[in-house]
Amino acid sequence: MTTISDIQKKIKSSSARAVVENALRLARDNEDYHALLNLTEERALKRADEVDEGKITGKLAGVPFVVKDNFLAFGAPTTAASKMLEKFDAPLQATAVEKLEAEGAICIGKANLDAFAHGGSTENSAFGPTKNAFDKTRVAGGSSGGSAAITALDVVPFALGSDTGGSIREPASFNGVVGVKPTYGMISRYGVVAMASSTDVIGTFTTNIADAEMILQIISGRDDRDMTTLPDFFEIQSDVKPGLRIGLVNDFMTKDVDPEVLARVNEYVEKLRASGHTVEAVDLPMAEYSLAIYYIIVPAELSSNLARYDGIRYGHRAEGVMTLAELYGRTRDEGFVTENKRRIMIGSYVLSSGFFDAYYLQAQKARTLLINEFNELFKKYDMLIGPVAPTSAFKLGENTADPIKMYMCDIMTVATSLAGLPAISVPAGNSESGLPIGVQLMGPYRSDASLLALARSMENK
Amino acid sequence: MTQITRDDVLHLAQLSSLELSDSEITGLQADLGNILNYINKLSELDTKDVEPTYQVTGLQNVWRDDTVINYGVTREELLARAPESVDFQVKVPKVL
Repeated sequence: MTTISDIQKKIKSSSARAVVENALRLARDNEDYHALLNLTEERALKRADEVDEGKITGKLAGVPFVVKDNFLAFGAPTTAASKMLEKFDAPLQATAVEKLEAEGAICIGKANLDAFAHGGSTENSAFGPTKNAFDKTRVAGGSSGGSAAITALDVVPFALGSDTGGSIREPASFNGVVGVKPTYGMISRYGVVAMASSTDVIGTFTTNIADAEMILQIISGRDDRDMTTLPDFFEIQSDVKPGLRIGLVNDFMTKDVDPEVLARVNEYVEKLRASGHTVEAVDLPMAEYSLAIYYIIVPAELSSNLARYDGIRYGHRAEGVMTLAELYGRTRDEGFVTENKRRIMIGSYVLSSGFFDAYYLQAQKARTLLINEFNELFKKYDMLIGPVAPTSAFKLGENTADPIKMYMCDIMTVATSLAGLPAISVPAGNSESGLPIGVQLMGPYRSDASLLALARSMENK
Repeated sequence: MTQITRDDVLHLAQLSSLELSDSEITGLQADLGNILNYINKLSELDTKDVEPTYQVTGLQNVWRDDTVINYGVTREELLARAPESVDFQVKVPKVL
């Protein structure tokens, strides 16, 4: 698959214009995957010319990329794959996009997602699902399905996504690319449509680890416009520490997981051992509760974050309404997909008087118990490993009728989200039928660089 | 078992400022009941004397200089995103 340095060589031997034109052509050739909602063609070509004229320079001068369409970016609407924002033109750009542009990178399009990032298959997009890069009858995963598929299809060497409970890692696994969910607070979320503020992070899709490290280095760091960002701490680690102690999470290696997924994880474990690391089975008993914790806290937070879509200041507004309640109610009915409504209403339920203590407060306390278990494990182990998702990519439509079944896709990714820990999905081979399967490496708070160094050392082994 | 009635759905829709169609109400009634039954799992946990975690960064009182940040956006640009505006104000339908 194409790397950033492959693209840079092409820019040198031809031009940024030729490379960006080629990426746009590939995007059109792959239209039937529906990975992109809009191209930012005019702006992209203008910037490519400016690179060729020497007006734009930087570490990524002329390198094309794609952002998930919940990032505010110029050149096309920012829709969050919703009718609510179908025509919304961003008045400013996300910090991550600004930082990439400052290094000369060129955004060529906006990637499909589950509307407002609510989902695990991109089937909740108001504009139709994205198809898996390896099998058009299957899902790309989600919610960042478009970003994962477009990277896997080799249209661009990297893409940005967001991950609230697995939305980068699961589609990365389903499409055979590297997906990084960094430590909470490592990258500014300014200019990204908010879902659940206490677990939302943004991260990368790349074809290899070194490219992920390069992009993370550029986009990470403290931002005055996102007061939850941590002081700068990410620094690429050139070599992996030898003899790491790694815990294989028993609670994710159960009979409910596809045997082929278990097999790929076990093979990776053997490779880690062969490379001199120690791997031992460990227990994370609170993992069993993490999905329930997640589906209380996240709906609670998103019901509040999505209250801003009221049809007054921006976005969709319903026509022909007589009262204010009707204006809000109909605007939101028309602008949200059913999954958005489900989650908003669950949020309203768990936050309503009489239920707050039993659900929301109980979940935040359970979250403490989960974090305590992680802390105990990281006293003995440097990192943890397990599957990303219970299966490889499932068929389009297979899980849409049953929300709980869909939520189960997140069962191995939500725990690290609730704890704010870094976790990455690394390609680990295919199923017998040729579908990619990823393994998940998880580390302590702010251990992103050492986690990536380990993954890099294991590439091609 | 948490039973969700049609009235519960309508009440939650009202709290959420959502005007739902009849067909959606029936579906949501079943879905919300199933989801609540799943998350009820947490009631098994003993959380006596456990402090809740609302955020994970440990950051407290994050200060910055008391100066205006230039967001690079003008009033005109923001008002242009409103469905309707007049005289530098967002215009809404008459609702009284």
